[in-house]
Amino acid sequence: MLSPYIPILVQAIIVAGLGAAILGVSALVGVRKRSSEKLAPYECGIAPVGNARGRFSVSFYLVGMLFILFDVEAVFLYPWAVVFKSLHWAGFIEMFLYILILLAGYVYVWKKGALDWTR
Amino acid sequence: MAQFAEAHFFLIESVVKIIVVLFVLLTAVAYVVWLERKVVARIQSRWGPYWVGPHGLLQPLADGLKFLFKEDIVVQDADKVIYWMAPFLAFTLAFLSIAVIPFGGSFQLFGHTIQLQITDLNVGLLYVFAVTSLGVYSIALAGWSANSKYPLFGGLRSSAQMISYELSLGLGVVGVLMISGTLSLRGVVTPQVGFWHIAGIPFLPRWNVFRQPLGFLVYFIAAIAETNRIPFDLPEGETELVGGFHTEYSSFKFAMFFIAEYANMVTVSCLATLLFFGGWLGPLFGPYWLRVILPVIWFCLKVFCFLFFYIWMRGTLPRFRYDQLMAFGWKVLLPLGFLNVLGTSFVIAWLHS
Repeated sequence: MLSPYIPILVQAIIVAGLGAAILGVSALVGVRKRSSEKLAPYECGIAPVGNARGRFSVSFYLVGMLFILFDVEAVFLYPWAVVFKSLHWAGFIEMFLYILILLAGYVYVWKKGALDWTR
Repeated sequence: MAQFAEAHFFLIESVVKIIVVLFVLLTAVAYVVWLERKVVARIQSRWGPYWVGPHGLLQPLADGLKFLFKEDIVVQDADKVIYWMAPFLAFTLAFLSIAVIPFGGSFQLFGHTIQLQITDLNVGLLYVFAVTSLGVYSIALAGWSANSKYPLFGGLRSSAQMISYELSLGLGVVGVLMISGTLSLRGVVTPQVGFWHIAGIPFLPRWNVFRQPLGFLVYFIAAIAETNRIPFDLPEGETELVGGFHTEYSSFKFAMFFIAEYANMVTVSCLATLLFFGGWLGPLFGPYWLRVILPVIWFCLKVFCFLFFYIWMRGTLPRFRYDQLMAFGWKVLLPLGFLNVLGTSFVIAWLHS
């Protein structure tokens, strides 16, 4: 029996080929009438001021970091959930403590105001 | 030699299945767009597309051709490689995640058992989550690469929203994993076979949604947010951000994002059907060929219900404000997800000891 991952590889090749082909055809057959106004970045009809490589709200970084923390912990629950039926109360108590520690961090983050978007 | 023939058959089978599934998915995407325009139009007392073909049925085709022949604009200061890569990535990832979705049982052909699924990974659910969460990259890159302000804000907002709701998406299904004890999407359906009985009379199918109502709610709300649909379509908030991350995209590059969004909707609905609504299970009767086809029909019907629900919501609900959106994801959905995990594990530990 071949690996079940081979069809995924085949599909990746087919889909990537399809995507590239459509984008290529679209770029070739589309009309071409360029002008400097058309190629300028959109800014509600006025001449663009500066460029978009500026600074943005630190909240986005915060969300990013919190996501990494909680997502790793959420993914850690998966293998536990799959074998849970054979773990009985021991598995429950261990994971209960784990989630309790996690929730302590969560409450701390909430109290610190990291979850409030407008401050 | 026999082994070689076996491998040969396996490859041909896979390619045929992939092409059929991709074709069906592309058609489904096109006609979900049509359906959405029709249903939303009827909700708003309009007719919707009507002139291209009977009842506007050829509208998706016309739209596709139009996109193909539109001017392909690359903004002057754009990071060209990333600018091209983003729509390509969105399209590819959206169509890759369908690979592990089973849409029926299995049947016999030329002495081989053919499963109605491209491939049955033992980590199917993880695979779907992995591929769909990579989709955040396409949106973040699309927003950043155009070097324009609206796409940048749209992309940032969208990425923040998607990663926030991904947590709840993951937590919502943990309860189902505990019940089924497997990550394979085929295995997830197995414990849902049959009925619950009251006084010997079957009255409820053993679908996970009846055991995991909270889990389903968390999963489905998070899934709507993941696919950037109303009421969570902040990234595309037309009134404040023009078009969000795809403001600077034109022609088929723009269409790619839309195809990807609708394909993701289909995938997420398939997943909801499999995890909570018994997948392809339903009444079976008639000759052998009917017993092969009926599960596929039940599966498609259930997925259709979800898709219709998506469209219905679009016609009904207003949009969240951004701080409300983030607060809802982090302060309501996430604790509910944890509560569901704890509650389910307590009940299962109780029953199994």
